[in-house]
Amino acid sequence: MYTQGLVSIEGAGGAEEERFQARVDAEERIEPNDWMPEAYRRTLMRQISQHAHSEIVGMLPEGNWITRAPSLKRKAALLAKVQDEGGHGLYLYAAAETLGSSREEMVDALLEGRAKYSSIFNYPTRTWADIGAIGWLVDGAAIMNQIPLCRCSYGPYARAMIRICREESFHQRQGYEIMLTLCRGTEAQKAMAQDALDRWWWPCLMMFGPPDAQSQHGDASTRWKIKRFSNDGLRQKFIDATVPQAHYLGLTVPDPELRFDQASGHWLTGAIDWEEFRRVLAGGGVCNRERMEARRRAHEEGAWVREAALAYAAKQRRVAA
Amino acid sequence: MSVAIAVAETPLVRFLLGRADDALILGHRLSEWTGHAPILEEELALANMGLDLIGQARALYAMAAEAEGAAHDEDDYAYLRDEGQFRNLLIVERPRGDFADTMLRQALYAIYAEMFWQATSRSTHRELAGFAAKAAKEMAYHVRHAGAWVMRLGGGTVESHARAQAALERLAPYLDEMFDGEDPSLAAIAPDVPALRKDWDSAARTLLGEAGLTLPDVPYPQRGGRVGRHGETLGHLLAMFQHLHRSHPGATW
Repeated sequence: MYTQGLVSIEGAGGAEEERFQARVDAEERIEPNDWMPEAYRRTLMRQISQHAHSEIVGMLPEGNWITRAPSLKRKAALLAKVQDEGGHGLYLYAAAETLGSSREEMVDALLEGRAKYSSIFNYPTRTWADIGAIGWLVDGAAIMNQIPLCRCSYGPYARAMIRICREESFHQRQGYEIMLTLCRGTEAQKAMAQDALDRWWWPCLMMFGPPDAQSQHGDASTRWKIKRFSNDGLRQKFIDATVPQAHYLGLTVPDPELRFDQASGHWLTGAIDWEEFRRVLAGGGVCNRERMEARRRAHEEGAWVREAALAYAAKQRRVAA
Repeated sequence: MSVAIAVAETPLVRFLLGRADDALILGHRLSEWTGHAPILEEELALANMGLDLIGQARALYAMAAEAEGAAHDEDDYAYLRDEGQFRNLLIVERPRGDFADTMLRQALYAIYAEMFWQATSRSTHRELAGFAAKAAKEMAYHVRHAGAWVMRLGGGTVESHARAQAALERLAPYLDEMFDGEDPSLAAIAPDVPALRKDWDSAARTLLGEAGLTLPDVPYPQRGGRVGRHGETLGHLLAMFQHLHRSHPGATW
């Protein structure tokens, strides 16, 4: 296990580490200049940069519909939403930079395939209803994951998450409202909405990560108060919140085994196809290749622009000197 | 497929649609950058400028609808007119091109649009005048942002300078059309557009001069956008932009 391995390399139990853990336990925020275990720093760096990459790659599937949005109101809202995702990426990169890595290094890691991004963005947005489904379900799942991060022990990350969550819940309501409009619309629009739910439901359940029994990053992250709830716990919370919303829309959740369990008060689903999760994570999704190619192309085609900006700034400095 | 609406184009309706179409089409071109900009900060800036312009288009379509009085709304104008009914300047429909094409166009158009809206803020059309004052402020930001990029590209590297100059050569034939006058019957409502040319020339040439770029002479300026004679690219833009809306006649989104 990655993080546990790092902890054991350093040797747990030093006096500094004890003081650090005591501060975490007391719900104090750890700030960039504070002492922190190397494994804590690296775990956060991995998580925050992965989160930033997800925001940036996540602009692509939704960007796919900006030029085709069916009304001016929707076009403006979608452009603003995707712009928000870019903004999230920006302040998450800034939060990760406080841990000692530059944005350039993180972007290079993404483009070279060394860093991951959320696998959900490897699914295609085939119809306009996918824009509704992404807002409602993908952003909804993201919020479930992210609200606890507003109390994350690392200050810069927690503060970034507060702002991000506020915007994400707006996006989620907007997405649901798109679905509602479709479901109250023509037969073709309703069919479009159902088809989107059919395709996004299971991948969204997978967004919470593998079952607790198989999760790789759980223990240390929990002790450090980076992670506060288990994958399965958050997934269940999402299911319980979302199933009634689907019913209100008049849509069918694509799970013949779905049932409400009176005893526990939870909606219980059929088995998640973790083979699909692994396949998409490993590069076998419909859009893995396109997403990375699009990012690389933007980076490569933008190189001359970045070089020009740097060269111009250097000339200005020489003039000023 | 939905068929196109028929618009009763009085001079005022045509004038408002022209300005709305300018904003919509340019806003759309900027929105094409989403996810593909050279720097993350520019993703945000391009989207910002695109949103300003789409917002302007919506306000102007609403005024056109009121002037036409035919119960058309913003989406009818944007989605249910055919190419020949679009009244935008040719310069805004040019493809987004590379970053130099986009920023040179944005700077040269925004210098013009800021002056145009400033002059329009003295219109006797009360609502238009109020809108124009706000639009002028937005365009002033575009001038600042795109102008800074013109400086960086013109004065940056050999490659960026060459790309910026090439972009300028591509845009130059479409600049004259910006200064064509509006219908004389609109004298109290629309500003004297040809009169803006002198100040624009001075501001544009100052910026380009500082960036080391040269505005080429144009023996054959291109025009025709205001009367619906467009180049080859607008049809493709509209095919993408309108297809979903038109595929579901009467649907609400």
